[in-house]
Amino acid sequence: MDDWLIAIIKVVGIWVWVLLIAVVMTWVERRGAALIQDRPGPNRAGPWGLFQPLADGIKLFTKEEIIPTKAQKLLYIIGPLLFSVPAFSAYAVVPFGDKIVLGGKEIILQVSDVNIGFLYILAIGSMAVYGVILGGWGSNNKYSILGGLRSTAQMVSYEVPLGLALLGIVFVYGTFSLRDISLAQQGTFLGFLPNWGIFKQPLGFILFIVAAYAEANRVPFDLPEAESEIVSGYHTEYGSMRLGLYLFGEYVNLVTISGIIVALYFGSWHMPYIDLGAYLGPISWGIVSFCIFFLKVSFFLWMFVWVRWTLPRFRYDQVMGLGWRGLIPLALFNIFITALFIQLTV
Amino acid sequence: MNQNPTPQTSHDTGDYVTVNIGPSHPAMHGTLRVIALTDGESLIKVDPEIGYLHRGVEKLGESLTYHQFIPITDRLNYCSAIPNNVSYEMAVEKLMGVEVPEKAQLIRVIMMELARIADHQVCIGILGVDLGAFTPFFYLIIQREEIYEIFEWFNGARLTNTFGRIGGVDADLPDDFEQRWEELKPGVRKANDETEKLLTHNRIWMDRTIGISAFSAEDALNWGFTGPCLRACGVKRDLRIDEPYCMYDKFKFEVPVGKNGDVFDRYIVRMIEMEESIKIIDQAYKRYKEMPADAPLMARVPKVIKPPAGEVYSALESPNGELGFFVKSDGSAKPYRIRIRPPCYMIYQAFPELVEGELIADLVACLSSLNVIAGELDR
Repeated sequence: MDDWLIAIIKVVGIWVWVLLIAVVMTWVERRGAALIQDRPGPNRAGPWGLFQPLADGIKLFTKEEIIPTKAQKLLYIIGPLLFSVPAFSAYAVVPFGDKIVLGGKEIILQVSDVNIGFLYILAIGSMAVYGVILGGWGSNNKYSILGGLRSTAQMVSYEVPLGLALLGIVFVYGTFSLRDISLAQQGTFLGFLPNWGIFKQPLGFILFIVAAYAEANRVPFDLPEAESEIVSGYHTEYGSMRLGLYLFGEYVNLVTISGIIVALYFGSWHMPYIDLGAYLGPISWGIVSFCIFFLKVSFFLWMFVWVRWTLPRFRYDQVMGLGWRGLIPLALFNIFITALFIQLTV
Repeated sequence: MNQNPTPQTSHDTGDYVTVNIGPSHPAMHGTLRVIALTDGESLIKVDPEIGYLHRGVEKLGESLTYHQFIPITDRLNYCSAIPNNVSYEMAVEKLMGVEVPEKAQLIRVIMMELARIADHQVCIGILGVDLGAFTPFFYLIIQREEIYEIFEWFNGARLTNTFGRIGGVDADLPDDFEQRWEELKPGVRKANDETEKLLTHNRIWMDRTIGISAFSAEDALNWGFTGPCLRACGVKRDLRIDEPYCMYDKFKFEVPVGKNGDVFDRYIVRMIEMEESIKIIDQAYKRYKEMPADAPLMARVPKVIKPPAGEVYSALESPNGELGFFVKSDGSAKPYRIRIRPPCYMIYQAFPELVEGELIADLVACLSSLNVIAGELDR
């Protein structure tokens, strides 16, 4: 009974938490853009404009839902759902802290410690592409179809380097479970470098982060919704909360991707050089590890904003070229080097 | 004008799909429309459709007096109204045989070069936005606002300046112009520097602009290109030097010339021109300060302007290229005919040739780099 309760609390809790971060993230995006661009940004709703996401949400919810007459009704409706549900589900295997001991019971701060964590993320991540292509197709608009096609080609292509980059991590840590990898990142190697994924897989990290930006449709890979070219891409015909789901799903994706980056490459909840868990009590360590994890996550979330307002956008063929001619050979090379290294040292 | 604005490309032919871009589209500045026949992302055939902003400017001129037409010229290239005003005024002055006082000419030069900076800032900013780089746009627009402040404080309007009068200018530069200009200058330079840092050597930016919609000098001349788009192709043609007006022959400045005539060269040419404009303003203001304070601002022109019967064409180098006015007078108080030669009209004709065979994303980049202004194009 207790296990059930804990599981439900964890599921609902992390769902609300990710939702909350995504909401704040929309605010950070707009204020961050304003900061970079020398302008005030939304500052009227609440202190520092903090209630702006709320106001946007109310607006989206109360708007009339319109289905274009020539749209494919079923596809049009399930498009946003197929996009946003996987975005939330993917977080299930990403940890959000070490563990906490409550009432003599040890609770792992992760919704589910699946031993095939990676494969789950890749599988769920691939689902999102259906949301985009079906939404684009169902809208019956040429811009939407162009956006959907771009997105399909891009997301499918970049899944390959993404998976290959992750393989390097699997080689190094010998497991698919995100929690086990997180645990393995404690301590140092070579005497001074933290045992983090980025130091063991520097090339893999660069490949992963590039591919992740492409998977998240963020600048410089935001072609599927390239505003100046194809209006809004796949969500051109969407309005009210259906549009909201697409926009929101994107931010949830960012949280998930940042979580994965931190868990795999940036030592998860570990501080470098110092094992805080040894000094803190079981409850406070649970809270502190949670905080450390999300501090790191917030840095990567900020990086998404930072990059978005700094770089121009790739062209379609350049994105494909970079993926197939640049990232995939490099990823294969990375795997080869990693395997060779492991073979020689172990 | 074609009554049915859908030429043969409206039918989906075989594997190709017609995509209608504009007139209401984020990248179609103003109200341009392009009917594109596409094969996936590639453009097979491009068919620009103009006239959505046609207001009959030239015809309007026939029912207004010579002075009343000046505010109408504001609405041609609304990114930089002042060169439009001056170009029209110069045409009427030429028709009347009026010599504009030197001081008025210097004020015109200063204001026109400020307008050129503002125009180039908008063009480059929008080019960035269309290629997905939002931030430089804001850096540049903030500085453009500062320039507009100077315009506003000079003659009360920010966008539609209605600058000058036939025969000179109506008002002297205010006393604190020097202070304002010295404050503005570093800001403009800083914004340009930051834009340059963000874009020029950015790998993505270079990939997106170098070699895109490249045009040979010969083609450009044949199509009637002028201004930065022509200079980007490697032709050193600038009316300020080749056919000097407003004492431009007294100033020292460089005319930047590109090589390939692609989007990148157009961008660079505009960036350098802004710096050259700053130099021109400095020189013009130096000369202006040497003038006596009571030097005349207006030539002796009658209150009601009635040029002798005849016709005249007069052009100047507007930020976009050669902006010419043809004015025909029958001796009455209203022009018999006004015809405007906007730079965009000639440049936009070559648009299909520039983008056919490229990708949809390049169409957007090319269009913003040409700086086609619908107000000027459709008139």
